[in-house]
Amino acid sequence: MGNREWGPYLLISLPHSPFPTPHSLRTTMLTEEERQEIAAELHQYAQKRAVCIDALKIVQRRRGWVSDENVRDLAEFLEMTPDELDSVATFYNLIFRKPVGRRVILICDSVSCWIMGYDRIREHLTARLGIELGETSSDGEFTMLPIACLGACDHAPALMIDEALYQDLEPQGIDRILER
Amino acid sequence: MERPLTKNIRADREPPSLKEYERAGGYQAVRRSLRSLSPQEVTELVKNSDLRGRGGAGFPTGSKWGFVPMGADAPRPKYLIANADEMEPGTFKDRLLMEGDPHQLIEGMIVSSYAIQADVAYIFLRWEYRLAEKRLKKAIAEAYSGGYLGKNILGLDYSLEMRLHVSAGRYMCGEETGLLNALEGNRATPRSKPPYPQVSGLWGKPTIVNNVETLCNVHHIVNNGAEWFKGLSLAPQDGGTKIYGVSGKVKRPGAWELPMGVTVREILEEHAGGMRDGLKFRGAIPGGASTDFLVEEHLDVKMDFASVQKAGSRMGTGTMIILDDQTCPVGLTHNLEQFFARESCGWCTPCREGLPWTARILRAIEEGRGEPGDLKRLRFHTEFLGPGFTFCALAPGAMEPLQSALKYFGEDFERHINEKRCPWRS
Repeated sequence: MGNREWGPYLLISLPHSPFPTPHSLRTTMLTEEERQEIAAELHQYAQKRAVCIDALKIVQRRRGWVSDENVRDLAEFLEMTPDELDSVATFYNLIFRKPVGRRVILICDSVSCWIMGYDRIREHLTARLGIELGETSSDGEFTMLPIACLGACDHAPALMIDEALYQDLEPQGIDRILER
Repeated sequence: MERPLTKNIRADREPPSLKEYERAGGYQAVRRSLRSLSPQEVTELVKNSDLRGRGGAGFPTGSKWGFVPMGADAPRPKYLIANADEMEPGTFKDRLLMEGDPHQLIEGMIVSSYAIQADVAYIFLRWEYRLAEKRLKKAIAEAYSGGYLGKNILGLDYSLEMRLHVSAGRYMCGEETGLLNALEGNRATPRSKPPYPQVSGLWGKPTIVNNVETLCNVHHIVNNGAEWFKGLSLAPQDGGTKIYGVSGKVKRPGAWELPMGVTVREILEEHAGGMRDGLKFRGAIPGGASTDFLVEEHLDVKMDFASVQKAGSRMGTGTMIILDDQTCPVGLTHNLEQFFARESCGWCTPCREGLPWTARILRAIEEGRGEPGDLKRLRFHTEFLGPGFTFCALAPGAMEPLQSALKYFGEDFERHINEKRCPWRS
C-alpha cells in the first residue's frame, strides 16, 4: 500500500492502530446504552450480523472511532469473529479505525468540486490547521479526510464538518465555518 | 410542460407534510393499485410506459420486475430496495427528490412493492445525506400512521414494512449486488450473476433494486397511464421526464426536470445559462463520472439512453459535468481515475491493480513526469479493464472517460509529455 501515491489517508482504515489507546477509552466493554441501541436495530434485518454496520456507527458516534477492543466486544455481541467484523469495519469509508479529532472535516475531492476549486479549499485548510488529508491537528480538534462526491455539485466546492454540509465555498469563508 | 417528479418541490426544498402531500393528490396511486389493479397489471403498466432505470444503466424497469417469481409458490419474504446511495461523481438528482418530496419516493416504493408482492422495502441511503435521512424518517413514520405502510395497508389484503438503512460509505454500495452484500452486513463486493437478484437477492430471496428517481415515476404511471408517460418524452422507447443536471463552470449550475430527450445544447445553454463569461465549452461527461466525454460536435445529441449511446457515450445519471477550456483535461481525468482507484473494492485483480496504475500514470503526466510510452500504457488499460475482464461495471465505467479523453484530448496529453509540464499551470 505504501507505494500508492494517492494518499496517506488510506491508512485511516488499517486494522492495527499505531496510536496507543487513550486511557479514558481503555474501558473496553460496550455500554448498556450501546447494547440497547444496537438491539433496537436488530428487527430491521433477517440476520443478526446485518446489524454490524449500524453497530459500528453506534459505537463510533459515542467514542469518535472504533478501537480494536471495540471490535472484539462488538464481534462477541454480534456472534461474529473479530476478523469478520474487522473486514467490514475496514471496508467502509466512514468507519474510523484510528482516533480522529473532535470534529471531522470531510472534504469533497470529486470531479465537480475539483473543477470548481477543491485545491484552493484544501490548501487553505492545510495552512490554517497545519494538517494534510488524513491528519489530525495538534490540538486534537480537527481531522481532515477526503470524501467521494457529496451530491452538492451545483454548489461546488463543498465539504462537511461532522453532520453539517457547507457549499459554494470560498477560501476566505472557511475560517468562519471552522469557528462555529 | 408537466413536471410530475418536481411538482411538489418548493424552491426552498421544504418538503410537503403527509397532509399537504395528500392534498396534492398523493397516495391516490396506492389506493388505486391496491383496490383495483392486480400486481401483474401494475407491472404491465410500467412495462408499457417504457420507463427505463434512472440509476445509469437504463434497463427497462417493467422487464426487470418481470423476472420476480410470483404466486403462492414464490419464495418469501420478497424485497424491494430503493438505491439511494447516490455517489456517482457529478450526480445530485436523488438528493433533490428525497429532500424535496420524500413521500413521493415512499409512494413509488409502495406501488412498486405491490407489483412484485414484496414484504419488506428498504431505502439504502448514503450517510452523507443527513437532511434526506431526517426527512425520510419523518415521512416513513407519517406513512405508517396514515395507514399506507404496515399490516393490511388501507385495510386491504397487502402488507409492507419499510426500513431505512444508512450506509457507512463506499461507491461500490451503489452497485446492485454490492448493495445487497452491504445490507447483509458484509463488504460491498459484487456477486456473480446469475443468479440474478430478482430470483436470489437479499438473503437469497427475490429482490428488486431500483434507483430513487426510477421509483419516483411509478405511481405517476399508475395515476395517469402508460400513454401519458410516453407522451412526456421526446424520445421513442424511453418514457417520462428526466431530472437533468449541470455542474462545472457554467452560469447557473443546477438540476431541472425536462422531457426525456432534450438536447445537450438546450440543457447547457437554456437551463444552465451557458458557459461563464470568458470560458469556452470543451466537453461534457453526460451522466456521472463513468461515462464517455461528449464534445462540441455532440451538442445537438438528444439526452435519452439510445441517442447518447449512438454518440459513443452513455446517458448514465443524466447529470452532466462540463469541461471548460481553462481546465486541464489531463488533470480532470486524473481526478476521475483517482476516485475510481480509491473506491475499487479490490475484489478482482484488473480493477484493484489496474486502476491505481492508471491513476499513477495520469498523475505523472499531469506533473510533467510523463514518458513517451504512457499513452500506450493507458490505452492498454482501457482495453483490459473494459467489459468482460472484471467482476462488475466499476472498472469498465472508469475506462469510459479515460478512453474518450485520449480520443478527444490526445493532443493535450502529448503536450504534457513533450513539454514535461501541465500547460494550464503557471
